[in-house]
Amino acid sequence: MTEFIDFISNNLQMIYIVILMIFVGVEVIGHVPAVLHTPLMSGANAIHGVVIIGAILVMLGAEPDNILALSLGFVAVLLGTLNVVGGFVVTDRMLEMFKKKK
Amino acid sequence: MEYIFSLEFIYLIASVTYILGLKMLGHPETARRGNLIAAAGMTIAILGTIFLYQGEVPQLIYYLIAIAIIIGTIIGWVVAKKVGMTKMPELVSLFNGMGGASAALIGLIEFHHYVGDQLSIITIIAGMIIGSVSFSGSMIAWAKLNGTMNNPIRLPMYNILNNVFLIGILAFGAYIVFSGTESQLYLYLLFFAAITYGILFVLPIGGADMPVVISLLNSFTGLAAAFGGFLYGNMVMLTGGILVGSAGTILTLAMCKAMNRPLSNVIFGAFGEGAVAAGSSN
Repeated sequence: MTEFIDFISNNLQMIYIVILMIFVGVEVIGHVPAVLHTPLMSGANAIHGVVIIGAILVMLGAEPDNILALSLGFVAVLLGTLNVVGGFVVTDRMLEMFKKKK
Repeated sequence: MEYIFSLEFIYLIASVTYILGLKMLGHPETARRGNLIAAAGMTIAILGTIFLYQGEVPQLIYYLIAIAIIIGTIIGWVVAKKVGMTKMPELVSLFNGMGGASAALIGLIEFHHYVGDQLSIITIIAGMIIGSVSFSGSMIAWAKLNGTMNNPIRLPMYNILNNVFLIGILAFGAYIVFSGTESQLYLYLLFFAAITYGILFVLPIGGADMPVVISLLNSFTGLAAAFGGFLYGNMVMLTGGILVGSAGTILTLAMCKAMNRPLSNVIFGAFGEGAVAAGSSN
C-alpha cells in the first residue's frame, strides 16, 4: 500500500497529464462527421509517431561499441520517421481529395 | 538549466499543436491546416530532441540518426505521394505498424539498462507487448486490404484459444517483471509471442472490418508511445501517446457506431452473427 502511495506522489505530474489527456482526446473526437473518420485516423496515426523521439533518445544514450543496440536503434528511428512523414503526407493527400470533391 | 527549460518548452508547444491539430482535423474546413500544424509541432519536437540533448554523444551516433531520418523521410514521402487514392487506408495501416515496431524495438534495446528498476521494467514490457501486437496486427490488416490475404482464416474455438494465448503472454510479462530476471532470451521470447498474438488477433476478422481494426491498433500504438514517455519521463511522448490512445479509442467506437455494430461483434464476430456479413462483403 505504501508503495502505491509513493508511486502516486512521485509521479503526480505524469498522472495528472494522463488523466487530463484522456479527457482531451475524448472531447476532441466528439461529434466528428463520418466522412472525416478516415483522415482523422490517419492524422492520429501520424501523431503517435512521437515514438520516434523515444527511438532518438535510445540512440543518443547508446554505447558506441554496442553494435546490436545501435543497429536496432537505427531501425527504430527509421521506422518512426516512416510513421511520422508518411502519416502526415498521406493525411494531407486524403484531405486534398476532399477539397476537390466539394 | 536553461537548456532543459527550452527543450521542455518546445515539448509543451508540440503537445499543444497535437491537440489543436486533432481538433481541427474534426472539421472539414480546418482539417488540412490542422494536419500541417501537428506536423510542424512534430518537426520541432524531433529537432529539439536531437539538438538540445545534454550529454556526450559521439559523432557517429549523430550521423546514424541523420541517415535513418533522411532515408525514412524519402521513403515515407515518396510512398505516401505515389500511392493510389483507394490504397490509402492500407498505407495508414502500414505506417501504424512501423510506429508499433519502433515502440517495440525501444523496449527491446532499453530492457537491460533498467533491470532491477521494477517500475521501469513494467513500462518497458507493457510498451513492448502493445507495440509488437500493433506491428504484426497492422501488417496483417495491410495484407488483407491489399488483397494478398482475402479469406478470413478460422479454426475451431478460435476466440478461446486466442484469449488463452493472450493471458499466457500477460502472465509471462508479469513473470519477467516480478522475477527481476536479466534474461534477454525471455525478452525475445515475449517479443515473438506478442508478434504472434497480433497476427492471430487480426487473422479471423473480415476485410470489410479492417478500418475499425486499424483504428483500434492505431490507439494501441498511441499507448505504446505513452509507455515510452513514462519510461523516459518525456512529456511530449506522454501527451501525444495518451491523446492518440484516447482519441483513437473513441474514434474506433464512432466507426463501429456508423456501421451499426458493437466493437465486440467486429473483433470476436467471426463466429457470431456478424460472420456472414463480414465474410460476404469482401
